[in-house]
Amino acid sequence: MSRTAVITGIGVVAPGGVGRENFWALLTEGRTATRSISLFDATGFRSRIAAECDFDPAEHGLSPQEVRRMDRAAQFAVVGTREAVLDSGIALDRVPPHRIGVSIGSAVGCTMALEREYVVLSDGGQRWNLDHGYAVPHLYGHMVPSTLAVEVAWQVAAEGPVALVSDGCTSGIDAVGHGAQLIADGAADVVLAGATDAPLSPITSACFDAIRATSPRNHDAEHASRPFDAERDGFVLGEGAAVLVLEERGAARARGARVYGELLGFASRSNAFHMTGLKPDGREMAEAITAALARARRNPDDVGYVNAHGSGTKQNDRHETAAFKRSLGDHAYRVPVSSIKSMVGHSLGAIGAIEVAACALALDRETVPPTANLRTRDPECDLDYVPLTAREHRADTVLSVASGFGGFQSAMVLGRGDAA
Amino acid sequence: MTEFVLQDLKRLLKSCAGVDEAVDLDGPVADTSFGDLGYDSLALFELLGRVRREYGVDLPDDALTETSTPKVAVDVIGGRIARSGG
Amino acid sequence: MLPDTTIAFTGLGVIAPTGSSLEEHWASVLKGRSGIGPITRFDPTPYPVRLAGQVTDPAVAEAVPGRLVPQTDWWTHMALVAAQEAVRDAEVDPAALPEYEMAVVTASSSGGTEFGQREIERLWRDGPDHVGAYQSIAWFYAATTGQLSIRYGMRGPCAVLAGEQAGGLDALGHARRLARADCRLVVTGGTDASLSPYGLVAQLPTGLLSTVDDPDRAYLPFDVNASGYLPGEGGAVLIAEELGAARARGRADGYGVLLGYAAGFDPPPGSTRPPALERVLGEALRDAGLGPSEVDVVFADAMGVPGPDLAEARAISAVFGPRGVPVTAPKTLTGRLYGGGAALDAVTALLALRDGVVPHTVGPERLAPGCDIDLVVDRPRELPLRHAVVLARGYGGFTSAVVLGRAAPTS
Repeated sequence: MSRTAVITGIGVVAPGGVGRENFWALLTEGRTATRSISLFDATGFRSRIAAECDFDPAEHGLSPQEVRRMDRAAQFAVVGTREAVLDSGIALDRVPPHRIGVSIGSAVGCTMALEREYVVLSDGGQRWNLDHGYAVPHLYGHMVPSTLAVEVAWQVAAEGPVALVSDGCTSGIDAVGHGAQLIADGAADVVLAGATDAPLSPITSACFDAIRATSPRNHDAEHASRPFDAERDGFVLGEGAAVLVLEERGAARARGARVYGELLGFASRSNAFHMTGLKPDGREMAEAITAALARARRNPDDVGYVNAHGSGTKQNDRHETAAFKRSLGDHAYRVPVSSIKSMVGHSLGAIGAIEVAACALALDRETVPPTANLRTRDPECDLDYVPLTAREHRADTVLSVASGFGGFQSAMVLGRGDAA
Repeated sequence: MTEFVLQDLKRLLKSCAGVDEAVDLDGPVADTSFGDLGYDSLALFELLGRVRREYGVDLPDDALTETSTPKVAVDVIGGRIARSGG
Repeated sequence: MLPDTTIAFTGLGVIAPTGSSLEEHWASVLKGRSGIGPITRFDPTPYPVRLAGQVTDPAVAEAVPGRLVPQTDWWTHMALVAAQEAVRDAEVDPAALPEYEMAVVTASSSGGTEFGQREIERLWRDGPDHVGAYQSIAWFYAATTGQLSIRYGMRGPCAVLAGEQAGGLDALGHARRLARADCRLVVTGGTDASLSPYGLVAQLPTGLLSTVDDPDRAYLPFDVNASGYLPGEGGAVLIAEELGAARARGRADGYGVLLGYAAGFDPPPGSTRPPALERVLGEALRDAGLGPSEVDVVFADAMGVPGPDLAEARAISAVFGPRGVPVTAPKTLTGRLYGGGAALDAVTALLALRDGVVPHTVGPERLAPGCDIDLVVDRPRELPLRHAVVLARGYGGFTSAVVLGRAAPTS
């Protein structure tokens, strides 16, 4: 008897408004949360825009000690976890602790805290040998990204398998896929699965500046993230987290839980080509999509919505469009495809989980979020990218994909929660 | 007047991007493309960054591609340095 | 158990303070030759911890492909060289296997620590345009897996798991998961390199590192004088093949097979519930279909910190009985290697199974009260070995166990 994971709770911390409903409102209204960077002084940087969260940890119930202990990425994850658990209505104290698992993704871990503390220890980069007298008590927790999964595990008193998945920009979708696998394997009955990243600090901006990956559209921050638009010029960094409560389908139904959607199939492939470069043929992403559909026992024609990686780099948009055509055939021209990165930016590892959350909400609420800022067609990107305006649309099966540094390509297939 | 010759380019490449085992950078490589020499777009970004820091000149992002050759790079970089009055 | 549900380890590679090859490491372990010494990678005099297990063999750096040297951190360099040995050892030609049926799964704990420190220093000292193009691909935790995937043309489902010192066992468990789905070969294991000033300074506030200045007395797990652990660098890479695939190409069961794996997590701080280790150990044995009496040796996590040592000794005794199984911790020769640590322990355990010898633990002389375990000390113990257990715990509460067998069960 196979065990299928279903989503019964969703927690989101995203730019444009903390919380699941604020997030969904932003997406369905087609608003953008990209703006000039306020989290640090970006003078002298090539790209000075980002999608930032207006996030006050105290307002979201974090205690002074939690705020001190946790990097911003951990704070996001904890707030997302609390919202997801509340949303699911699950009584975690009735689940044996060793049957609760955690799978959290993050591309860059606790970068903000690491950089902030480094600046102090090195007195502004002036000494290679650091002054350990200035080390904060939880510094090691910032050095190891696994802390992000630890904090989530502590929130729910999980004693089952706990994983921190760090696959670059596919971390989020991969972590949700891993969480679903833990349930399928019988290693856990409930899994808190999601991802978090808070990369908006000078070192992240500088490293993407150095490879010209981020948008320099500094005069027009609101419209800078333009996936599939002919005038796109790079991605816009973002930050945030999404955490999902995953349960075994039978158990969720038995307790009468509301089910947003089912995780039917997940697969990933690697291009083994280049750490950052993509071949235009989209072959490995297409392979991942085909494998995920096979696991989900769905045909390409069943896909009713595609949540694209849609980062807004020329290379990605063409690669991905080719991958959809290669894997879905003519159906690629008929299915709505959109990129929420046009609104919430690219939060590296977190965005993959945020996008799965968006897919679950799209299934549940029968609405497809748009691709904002898509005004000028690129002849090489000729699919239905749902420009500017959300669309009422009932889908039975949705596909979410991600592509990241390292050459990793991942795909997930979700089905409706009320499916027979 | 700062000169920028093939030897300068090779020195920068060796230190910032390394050398592929299959390539003899000290051989006749002036007309071989960067791609064939094992240098990708990141290596060329790294090269342009080093030129900026050492010679104080900025070149456009697309000044060099994997199809460019060391000879072209020396002309482009050297020309830019000459124009800056370096 | 069906033979097609497990993985065999058909190739091993080691870069560690004990040696920069599999056999050099094994020879050091059997002779009790330590790789612990004063830190030379930077000047450690300002710090209370000045000892570590370092990889100082210049041949390691020389073996890294020239183009990859400037674009990867030392942590990735070591993985590239270890992977080269492992692939060669497995006598496998990745180009001849189906590309989507090969994957890379590594553990990482602190990423490109030294590389990252250098680039952040440049940023803050000289300005944002002094940050190099390679920071974007060298610092992040997925760098090693990505580079290995590219190097060997492995286009299957690649991944990185971070669980501090437990991550290496989770990577092996994940390799088995992939083998049960669609992969015939997984490059797995892990390395780590935390020996830059930032990597060391970040660890000091944990209070878990030993400040004893005598290399022979600093890291003494289970001993009355346990005073913490020492940091180390390096790790191991293992070629894991789906058992049927390994046998089909004449590799039989390789060095051994993964019979059982389990992972759990400690209760939150302040809880009165017991730590996860005893339960996880029991689950791993159940997963392997083995009773405690069928286990011939336990490679302990051996933190060298009194509380965790006692907890581990009690968990081992609870499952195997007091002094019921030989226990060892060769990691006193290397320090803790974080993302590389458990992978190296697994490799050492496979070599122990191969040669029928339990390597000894160098350092401890007198067991701490309550540590009622049969710790193998003084010299290696020759025994017919069938099954080995490897335990690992990662900072924050990660707890994993694997059961390794000399061969897959025949029934």
